[in-house]
Amino acid sequence: MPLSIILSRALSALLTLFGVMVVVFVLVRVVPGDPISMMIAPGATDADIAALRAHYGLDLPIWQQFWVWFKQVLQGNLGTSISMKQGVITIIAQRLPATLELAIFALIMAVIWGGFIALVSTAWRGTWVERAIDNFNGIMLAVPDFIWALTFVLVLGVLVPVLPISGRSDPSIDAGLATQFYILEGLARAKFAFVWDVLKHMLLPACALAFPLAAVIGRVLKNTMMDVMVQDYITLARIKGLSSIRILLQEALRNAAVPALALTGVQFTFLIGGTVITERIFSYPGIGNLAIDAVINRDLPLIQGLVLTFGIIFIIVNMAVDALTVWLNPRLRHA
Amino acid sequence: MSPVIDIRNLSARSAVGPILRDVSLSVNAGEVMALVGESGAGKSTIAKAVLGILPAGIEVTGGNIFFEGTDLLALSPARLRDMLGVRIALIPQDPLTSLNPARRIGDQLTDGLRLRAGMNRKRAFDRAMSLLNDVHIREPERVLKRYPHELSGGMRQRVLIAQAFSLNPHVIIADEPTTALDVTVQKQVLRLIRDMQREHKTTLLFVTHDLGVVAQICDRMTVLYGGKVLEQGFTAQILKNPQSPYTRALLAASPRYDQPEQSLEPVPEALIAELQREISA
Ligand SMILES: Nc1ncnc2c1ncn2[C@@H]1O[C@H](COP(=O)(O)OP(=O)(O)OP(=O)(O)O)[C@@H](O)[C@H]1O
Ligand SMILES: [Mg+2]
Repeated sequence: MPLSIILSRALSALLTLFGVMVVVFVLVRVVPGDPISMMIAPGATDADIAALRAHYGLDLPIWQQFWVWFKQVLQGNLGTSISMKQGVITIIAQRLPATLELAIFALIMAVIWGGFIALVSTAWRGTWVERAIDNFNGIMLAVPDFIWALTFVLVLGVLVPVLPISGRSDPSIDAGLATQFYILEGLARAKFAFVWDVLKHMLLPACALAFPLAAVIGRVLKNTMMDVMVQDYITLARIKGLSSIRILLQEALRNAAVPALALTGVQFTFLIGGTVITERIFSYPGIGNLAIDAVINRDLPLIQGLVLTFGIIFIIVNMAVDALTVWLNPRLRHA
Repeated sequence: MSPVIDIRNLSARSAVGPILRDVSLSVNAGEVMALVGESGAGKSTIAKAVLGILPAGIEVTGGNIFFEGTDLLALSPARLRDMLGVRIALIPQDPLTSLNPARRIGDQLTDGLRLRAGMNRKRAFDRAMSLLNDVHIREPERVLKRYPHELSGGMRQRVLIAQAFSLNPHVIIADEPTTALDVTVQKQVLRLIRDMQREHKTTLLFVTHDLGVVAQICDRMTVLYGGKVLEQGFTAQILKNPQSPYTRALLAASPRYDQPEQSLEPVPEALIAELQREISA
């Protein structure tokens, strides 16, 4: 892609991010609820409250507050959490790896599962296999992530307790890791028992997040595969005597993936949004769960920091989708 | 001499009605047979039946297609696949859509050499280079690294011709291989196909509606109308002395290869009506 397009995309992404920040900044200040009233000790005087308010800069007009905050952000400072009395960046850096590992694990599951059902129903198109998969996938498509999450907690956590439904790892295991990337660091240090435990904790929330995405990928990729399978180059590949599996994987998949990718990217950002509820349901210590705490506590700096983080993640996802699209489609590469 | 391709009483139909009616034709080894007829006559349907790629809407209702004595219609898909590419190949109509846009020319051209002839990558690419040389592509090494969209239509068709000949098949089917090309390129590509066919002594079934092309490169011809064979024989004889009134009308409607300036007569409507009646009887 030409540099000018990349630059203009980056610029528009930053503008979007700025717009979102303004809206959120204003919204959290005009909705009812006051961070100060959550933290004052009983018997505090009006003067105490006013002092606290001034300490957090909440006595200024909104636009001035924004300006103060925006200047901080540009200097790489997101302020201090009101409820946790720690730097917002420190808190988010603590919690972000848990969410990233969960979301990427869910994405990998969704791509494998969605890709698998798309390929199987393409290979058996026009038969009962295709219809069965279509019907099954239609149901998967209709169930949102939090319903899966609640069902898993109830069925696999309470009725038939086979998998952990809370937390990120067994607290009795101390792996002594330096980072919060439990899986990556655990693998790098060959602590496989620990990684296995983390994966077990991740499995149910990841499934809850992955199922709706898998259904979308399955549906969209199947449709684009069907379009590709009637192309002349597929017919010619058949006449060249290539095997069906080679035709599916080598000739068709890459061409079908390009149009399916855009929607997968959009849907993956929904998945990341879904971590908020899902992490809460599974008491999973990521930034989604943190976001709910931040809202309950009216922790304005933390809310703002989290929104900024989610916004940056969305931008990165979109850029990755763009890059992948170009990589998969040689016609764009040389344009 | 026993024919390489021997189609006997082939009939096919769709939901709407018959598409092929009792078609018989045979092609001898090393011969170029033209399949001529206007749009919808069933030329491509015959080609697709031989290649086992009839669309879901068309069903063979009778007859046989013998290839070197084996009835292709009776073969399992797996056995048919063993023959395709190696013993029967296709030069497709549209070079723009017949190459995979996501794969490099070299990878596509060497599929058969690697997967069917068992060559390693290096040998297959060396062979592909000489194949591209044979079809008069300059700088073959560079072309092998290109993607289809980086080549002109004529270049792509040369690549597809090279691919069709790559495993030295006994039969090549060419379904209107020049209609999608620029007029200026058509002649070159046509000559190339003819030269390659002669050099490899390949049997060629050549689908076209252009009698000029037939006159240039085909030994024998089969005239088709409405899925029915109207006339069959040596090209020179039929062009000089057509027996069927339809062939005669078709000749009058085509520019003469020796007198391209002569004025053209459309096929008379009365004749069309009569043919329709005859066929549906
Ligand atoms: N998928 C299909 N389902 C049903 N009927 C079809 C299908 N494809 C083609 N036909 C019909 O079969 C008949 C023969 O078509 P065919 O493609 O063999 O003609 P053709 O001689 O190759 O014509 P052209 O010169 O246009 O390529 C036509 O009447 C066409 O409408
Ligand atoms: Mg045709």
